[in-house]
Amino acid sequence: MEQSKRQTLARIAGDIRAGILRGVYHAASGHPGGSLSIAEIMTYLYFEEMSVDPENPKWEGRDRFVLSKGHCAPALYATLANKGFFPVEELDTLRKIDSRLQGHPDMKGIPGVDMSSGSLGLGISSACGMALTAKHKGEPWRVYTVVGDGESEEGQVWEAAMFAAHYKLDNLCAVIDWNGLQIDGPVTEVMNPTPHDEKLRAFGWNVVMADAHDFDSLEAAFAAARACKGKPTAIIARSVKGKGVSFMENKCEWHGTAPKEEQYRQAMAELGQEV
Amino acid sequence: MAEKIATREAYGQALVDLGATHDFVVLDADLAAATKTAKFKAAYPDRFFDCGIAEGNMMSVAAGIAASGVTPFVSTFAMFAAGRAYEQVRNSVGYPHLNVKIGATHAGITVGEDGATHQCNEDIALMRTIPGMTVINPADAIEATAAVKAALELDGPVYMRFGRAAVPVINDRPDYRFELGKGVTLAEGTDVTLVATGLMVHLALEAREILAGEGVSARVVNIHTIKPLDEELILSCARETGALVTAEEHSVIGGLGSAVCDCVSAACPVPVKRVGVEDTYGRSGTVPALLAYYDLTADHIARAAREAVAMKK
Repeated sequence: MEQSKRQTLARIAGDIRAGILRGVYHAASGHPGGSLSIAEIMTYLYFEEMSVDPENPKWEGRDRFVLSKGHCAPALYATLANKGFFPVEELDTLRKIDSRLQGHPDMKGIPGVDMSSGSLGLGISSACGMALTAKHKGEPWRVYTVVGDGESEEGQVWEAAMFAAHYKLDNLCAVIDWNGLQIDGPVTEVMNPTPHDEKLRAFGWNVVMADAHDFDSLEAAFAAARACKGKPTAIIARSVKGKGVSFMENKCEWHGTAPKEEQYRQAMAELGQEV
Repeated sequence: MAEKIATREAYGQALVDLGATHDFVVLDADLAAATKTAKFKAAYPDRFFDCGIAEGNMMSVAAGIAASGVTPFVSTFAMFAAGRAYEQVRNSVGYPHLNVKIGATHAGITVGEDGATHQCNEDIALMRTIPGMTVINPADAIEATAAVKAALELDGPVYMRFGRAAVPVINDRPDYRFELGKGVTLAEGTDVTLVATGLMVHLALEAREILAGEGVSARVVNIHTIKPLDEELILSCARETGALVTAEEHSVIGGLGSAVCDCVSAACPVPVKRVGVEDTYGRSGTVPALLAYYDLTADHIARAAREAVAMKK
């Protein structure tokens, strides 16, 4: 990847992190940890990988995205806002009574949201339904979904994994955000779902490992997904929960806690963002 | 004796017939032979997708298909469509108000010999709590056929309830018309109204004959659409006959009986007796034995009607 592109994407990821913090801070609730861990993934998807049109969010030929780990809606909203689906200022209305930015993604009300999600395990199945439809209709568009590592404890994730391989959904790419932490503690201690790579390969998937915060690594992984025929691809993306904010990194307690004002100011300062 | 056909047979045939002119797909969870979607699979194999024994995944897959602009019919037994996959129906299908048409077969006690684990007497209650969900429980094969067409033409999610057992055809008449959300007055009467749904409709008609022999004039209303309920018709029956009996092959909790009580208690309180499966599980048995065991009979409807009439002021 060219240095200039890498720098541009890094700047966008910074803006998305700022958008996440701004939304969660103003809502005084929400999920910053797992939102920050997918900032580069969301950046790469919406600014490099996927074909979407902010002027025409329901364009039939668009690539689809399902945030299966729907509680990380702040990351999706910040990405959509920075892409131009709605004003960045609207992020301040997150979770408020008169806002369309619901606590979890709502496809009926929010431009650019392709599927309502939030109840864990359901989103990846809906992504399978979309990919199956594209195959059925002979359409070239692709389907992307981001699944949480904790989310993969849901049985339905494995039902979907079986389905996607059975129907050879090579137009489906699932990114597993492997930040290693869930609400009650380390994922491997709460209920160990590993090894994802061996399990998914056994289910019939193409599996690619990636560094969730390295654009060159993500570029190679998504290219490998595109190149793979006859199988769905899982990108197991090693990430840091709370990435980019020193006091949030690798801390379970920032899974679903909003920063207080002083913490918000410090976090934004660390990101080089104005409050 | 009228011809007897299971509503699931009509469902499968309706999918085949409508499939010739409408571009929908059908999903099933390894029960195509029983739900009768196998007929559709045979006719249009490239539009049928077996999801295996994974009903939760199937329901969310259906939501993804609908979100991509194709209407899916989704079939399995009522126990697994409304029970196992309740949360997927609620969150994947209901919340985004997607065009998913659920064809749930083997509903109610008449599953028969398979017994309690497969006898879903709770599906109407579960499905009617979901905002925006249309719930249809046809009385016979003719009504089932009409319901499938109406569901396809409606914009939004629909739950259709079909039975395993063959039931008498009661709507075989030239002027039969199906209108979603509209109840059908099958026989006039002045002392009490028998409000029935599904296979209980023909038993309500039998109960009316029993009551006529005792000088009690019973009106019979068929409620094929449980949600949205035809409140106008229910309230006019309450006002004009002063007492109601509901009859359903479903728990007395949360189904037609509850819906009717909700309606009349708010606008025109009258005595309502509910005939249905009492707060209990099913058991193995033949269909006639089960209907008798759980008091889902014309005699019991007539007895409830006598009680309701006695309660009138």
